[in-house]
Parts: sequence; structure tokens; C-alpha cells
Amino acid sequence: MASATSEGPLLGQSALKVLVAGGFGVGKTTMVGAVSEIPPLRTEELLTEAGAGIDDITGLDRKTTTTVALDFGRITVNPELVLYLFGTPGQERFWFMWDELAAGALGAVVLADTRRLDSCFPAVDFFEHRGIPFVLAVNCFDGSPRYPVDEVREALDIDGPVPIVHCDVRAKDSSKEVLVTLLEHLVQRAEVGVLA
Amino acid sequence: MAEDSWFDEDAGPLVRPFALTRGRTRPGRYDLDMITLVVAIGSHREPGREPEYARILAACQRPVSVAEVSATVDLPLVVVKVLLSDLIERGELLFRSPPRTVSPQTDRVVLQAVLDGVRNL
Ligand SMILES: Nc1nc2c(ncn2[C@@H]2O[C@H](COP(=O)(O)OP(=O)(O)O)[C@@H](O)[C@H]2O)c(=O)[nH]1
Ligand SMILES: [Mg+2]
Repeated sequence: MASATSEGPLLGQSALKVLVAGGFGVGKTTMVGAVSEIPPLRTEELLTEAGAGIDDITGLDRKTTTTVALDFGRITVNPELVLYLFGTPGQERFWFMWDELAAGALGAVVLADTRRLDSCFPAVDFFEHRGIPFVLAVNCFDGSPRYPVDEVREALDIDGPVPIVHCDVRAKDSSKEVLVTLLEHLVQRAEVGVLA
Repeated sequence: MAEDSWFDEDAGPLVRPFALTRGRTRPGRYDLDMITLVVAIGSHREPGREPEYARILAACQRPVSVAEVSATVDLPLVVVKVLLSDLIERGELLFRSPPRTVSPQTDRVVLQAVLDGVRNL
């Protein structure tokens, strides 16, 4: 263990996080709620820097301080480990905040909606550029076209090793399977010694 | 409520949280992450304690993340980090930073534990 003051020796538990990213309305909060042991909680991060990430659509003065909401849930892995899942807003204007969100994250689930595939591009780009491992999960909304994995991979230009799965985020088992896929991917990377 | 006197009524909603931190936006010398775990050492019922600190200590009676404290007391993360730092400084709170990457081997063990935990959901 490193320094006792920073690690807190009397606290026998530590926490890890996974991000759930994707465009607005794709099912991030639904997925977090499906697997969380507590109802999803909401916290707010401040957007303060002048001009940083506040776009015209918000209709806000560029110097106005505003906040962005993050939904999150928790899974107690074992007595020593807690996993937090953070639903992170996918819009590019929040990218400056993603750096802090992504710092130390084990990996990410990028949710896609086949009716609006392009809304997951910013998230895919971000994780690819930062070298953060992720899986792409296509949330199958009722009545939306269900494309084979190969077609989704091609349409989104996703690298070969990145797992792609279909899911229904409303179902606990389905959301859980997505997380299992991500963690198997992470374990496999660790086994072959890929540095995160 | 006592905390109402801490800020000017005309100030916008975002001024109020910073009034609680007396304008501070940085969490002192502690590098608190939103998944840093915190737990109160003593009771939050000590007489004379400022209400915001008491509310925060009440929210950390068992180990919880900074994000959970923020959600429970309904204050932005940045504000909660400042107030938590004050409590750490006063010795009223223990904290534990998220584990740093040590080696691929320990990472593998931790990841496998998380995988097992998720499979058992
Ligand atoms: N039919 C259907 N509706 C869904 C599905 N996933 C989410 N929804 C609904 O879509 C809306 C947006 O989901 P939400 O999780 O809030 O999206 P977020 O913006 O990504 O957090 C909610 O009303 C959900 O109930 C799905 O798989 N199928
Ligand atoms: Mg949401």
C-alpha cells in the first residue's frame, strides 16, 4: 500500500468504476438502474470554465455556470470491492468532463440505438482515442431494425477486438450480460498484458 | 433554517453552494475522486456543528462514495469535495482513494473478482 493518509488504512473497501456512455435517450440510465443494487442516484458536476463545453443550443451565456447531471448506480462485488456505474452524457460538448470521468475507469459500455447509430460516434471516438477499453452494446428498442453484428461493426468502423452485443437494457439479465462481456474483455486484455 | 443566513437570497442557485464553501472551488490538498470512499469516524450529532457538515457526516455513517454523498445531500460534486476535505482535515472522516494500476497481474485478479461479482448478480 502507498501512503497511509491517502489510502485510508482503516477503510477496508475500495471502489472501481465503469462508464455507460451514448447519446441522449439511448438507455444509459435504464441500464444503470437495471443492474444497480440501489435505485440510480443523481449527482451534478459543474461546468464553469468560460466557454468550455457550453454550446449554443443551451441558449446560455458562455460565461454562465451550469451543471451537468450524472446518473449512477452501485454493485457490491465483494466485501472489499464496490463497482460504480456512471451514465455519462454523450454529447461532444461534455468531452472536457469525460477526461475526469474516464480517469481510472476500468472500461466503458457504449450504448447504440440502430435508429440513430451516429449518436454513439462521439463516445466511440473518445474511448478509442484515450485507449479506454469498451464494448459496443446495441440497445434493441421495440420495432427498431436489428442489424447483424458485422454490419454494425462496419457501419461504425469498430476495431476487430471490440466486442459488439445486442441487448435490451430494461432487462436485468440482458444488462448484466453486457457488463459480463465487458469484464471478460478486460480480463482477457489483462491476461495478454495489454496496458490500459 | 440556519443555513439560509449563509447566502444572499438574491444570489442565483449556483451561488448558494459556493457560499457553503466560502467561495472555495478546490478540495484542498486531498485528491478526491467521485468514487473515493469516505466514512465518518464519530457521530454527526455533535452539538454546535454547522448544518452542512452535519448533513455530510450523516450521509457517511457507512463507507460511501463522494458521488453518493453528493447525491444524498443534493450538492454538486465540486462543493461536496471541498466540504469533505474540511472534514478530513479535522480528522472527522476517513477516506480511501480508488486503487491505482499496480501491475497487469494484480489488475487481472481484481478484474476477475469484479467479473465474478457481476456474474452473481
Ligand atoms: N422500448 C424501449 N424503451 C427503452 C429502452 N431503453 C430505454 N427505453 C426508454 O427510453 C427512454 C430513455 O431511456 P434513458 O435510460 O433515460 O436514456 P438515457 O438518456 O440514455 O439515460 C426511457 O423512457 C426508457 O424507458 C428499450 O430498450 N426499449
Ligand atoms: Mg439518463
